[in-house]
Amino acid sequence: MSAETLSRQDRQSATTRAVRSILASRETAIVLVILAIIAVATAMNQSFLFSGQGWRDLLLTPSILMVMAVGSAVVIITRNVDLSVGSTLAITAYMSGRLFVDLPGTPIIVVVLLGILVGAVLGLINGALVAFGKVPALVVTLGTMYIYRGAVLTWAGSDRINASDMPREFLGLGTMQIVSIPLLTIVAVLVLIVAGYWLASTRSGREMYAIGSDPEAAKLYGLPTTKRVITAFILGGALAGLAGVMYAARYGTVSASAGLGWEFQAIGAAVIGGVAIFGGSGTVWGAAFGAILLMTINRVLPIVGIPDFWQRAVVGALIIGAIVLDRYLSVRRHRKLQEARDDA
Amino acid sequence: MTAATRATTGASTSERPREVGRSYAAYHRPWWFRTFVSAEFLIIALLVLVWLIATTSVDNFSGPLTVRYLLMDIAPLMMIALPMTLVIITGQIDLSVASTMGLSSVLVGILHVQVGLSIPVAGLLAILVGVLCGVFNGFLVAYVKLPSLAVTIGTLALYRGIAVGLLGTTALTDFDQGWSDLATSSIGESRIPAIMIPVVILILAFAVLLHFTPFGRGLYDIGHNEQAAWFSGVNVARSQMTTFILTGSVSAAAGIFYTLRFGNSRGDNATGLELEVIAAVLLGGVLIFGGRGAIHGVLAGALLIGVLSSALRLEGVTVNVINIIIGLLLVVSVLAPTLVAGVQRLRSRLGGSSSAPGGSPPTTEPSEASSPAPRNSGPQNSTPHEKAPRATTH
Repeated sequence: MSAETLSRQDRQSATTRAVRSILASRETAIVLVILAIIAVATAMNQSFLFSGQGWRDLLLTPSILMVMAVGSAVVIITRNVDLSVGSTLAITAYMSGRLFVDLPGTPIIVVVLLGILVGAVLGLINGALVAFGKVPALVVTLGTMYIYRGAVLTWAGSDRINASDMPREFLGLGTMQIVSIPLLTIVAVLVLIVAGYWLASTRSGREMYAIGSDPEAAKLYGLPTTKRVITAFILGGALAGLAGVMYAARYGTVSASAGLGWEFQAIGAAVIGGVAIFGGSGTVWGAAFGAILLMTINRVLPIVGIPDFWQRAVVGALIIGAIVLDRYLSVRRHRKLQEARDDA
Repeated sequence: MTAATRATTGASTSERPREVGRSYAAYHRPWWFRTFVSAEFLIIALLVLVWLIATTSVDNFSGPLTVRYLLMDIAPLMMIALPMTLVIITGQIDLSVASTMGLSSVLVGILHVQVGLSIPVAGLLAILVGVLCGVFNGFLVAYVKLPSLAVTIGTLALYRGIAVGLLGTTALTDFDQGWSDLATSSIGESRIPAIMIPVVILILAFAVLLHFTPFGRGLYDIGHNEQAAWFSGVNVARSQMTTFILTGSVSAAAGIFYTLRFGNSRGDNATGLELEVIAAVLLGGVLIFGGRGAIHGVLAGALLIGVLSSALRLEGVTVNVINIIIGLLLVVSVLAPTLVAGVQRLRSRLGGSSSAPGGSPPTTEPSEASSPAPRNSGPQNSTPHEKAPRATTH
């Protein structure tokens, strides 16, 4: 049966198949939706796209959520979930500010690396609890979400880091543009490319999918599931840490409530981007495009005359729509395969 | 997810033949052991301990105001934790409860303050919307077969978005004073707030529903194995739908209380409460994969969170430290079974190597597994598999 299926597929040329799979992919669909939204917004208000400020914001706004969504996507692909990323972001964002206040003259690169490192350690704690404690990630990261948020609240209290506390060069990074593309966007895209290549084309990346689609089978097959799951959490934490530093640079003001509720935004972006919540499928590209879609809709709503209070409702509707669509497509695919089998 | 855990526990039972299954109580133990050495009683003991420490060493904790405010503070938490227990026992989750609460708060505000309906009518309409919220969740989970985690992350944003969208940043505060007074009143001269009357009724109703009706027993079956439950005659989809309708309607009712108690209706009321509810339920010994849990444990979990926060607040500890403690409790509570199992395995490995050196485990296992009952207690345990379904609660 499989031989026949193969030969039938072979009749199509490689290029038509490639074109078809690109057209049918979730990523393409989301990019098209994003482009449509941008087109509508630009038609309503020229400066949405064709002004320096509009162009910059268009690229800059999604960058932080993109980084977080990539991390969340990797964790979700291994059939886990990390609810603590919003709190991790708050910790590293506040820490970045604190470093500049307490140790003036800290090199920026040290702050960035330290942010990533602290995020990675916080992710490692989650990963170790999940992988060694054999406890569900949802519960563990719910707990660490409280713990990390409590830690940053204790540390910061009602204190807030203001833009004037941070060096001009650091804040400059948040708005700096290279060939009219904001630096933070470049960082986000680099993260995306590296993570996308790793997941799609390396052995350890593919093993993430194997673990996510069937953890037991992956273990019996001899994959290092414990190690890979911990890696996923470390990556998710490190990217949340990086997002925290980016947050400090971008917004200039950091309080202990930074990133409140972002964990759901990041997971929502991944789900909209076609990452199945029970693991094993989806790409970080989809998650990143999902993040862009969320943040762009955010900015477009007021332009098309909908009060931005409705933004969350739209986000929720999008998430529901995305999973219903996924379900519909998978049922249809299943039925087609069944028909093909019956015909054969 | 459940299948995976089942497989792991299945593998580990071969090492420890005492445990017949994932959650069947070890029936060769005497009844008092099964009742008192359980996750529920552990948390109840912890609650009693914390309560005793608080009453003896925290100033004013035993004062009349403390209990009053403690109970009023955790009333919404306790209410929503009840249907949430049912949802989690079936192996699902509902993250949208706090958003439903916010939506109901906004609706009561709009219908009462802006439209001019009386509180009972506005409240009934809000509960109706809560039912609809539950129907929407339940339909997507039970009939479209979507993962509840993803669905309710979506409706978490959707319902909250509608609440915030309806009111924007305005807050409605002009509520009928009589109803606000009623929401904050006490029962007679006692220090028990009046809200505890409906809460206790709800608790009793849910305890009966979960533990003493075919519907409730079926929920455990669904949590263990949906297909097996279906084959044994449980209407899986309808049961799941019902649990989500219950979370929706009770959340809406909690939202009405919240609105009247604080006399304000805002889009962001009760933000983040869903995680506190889930923390209370899991602390109370409900297994996140479903199939295990009991109402008394959940109540103890909710009360523990309430007593801890109240006592620590009186001690001048800020809310962030309370958050850390709740988080730690949650992590430890889920980690505890794994730790206990690890210690047991270590002990049995040490003991096994001394008593039967070089003995091949596979040959000894089956005989041990089939014989624990006669060796330990009476003949009533000779058929553990018939007992098993009843053993899932206690």
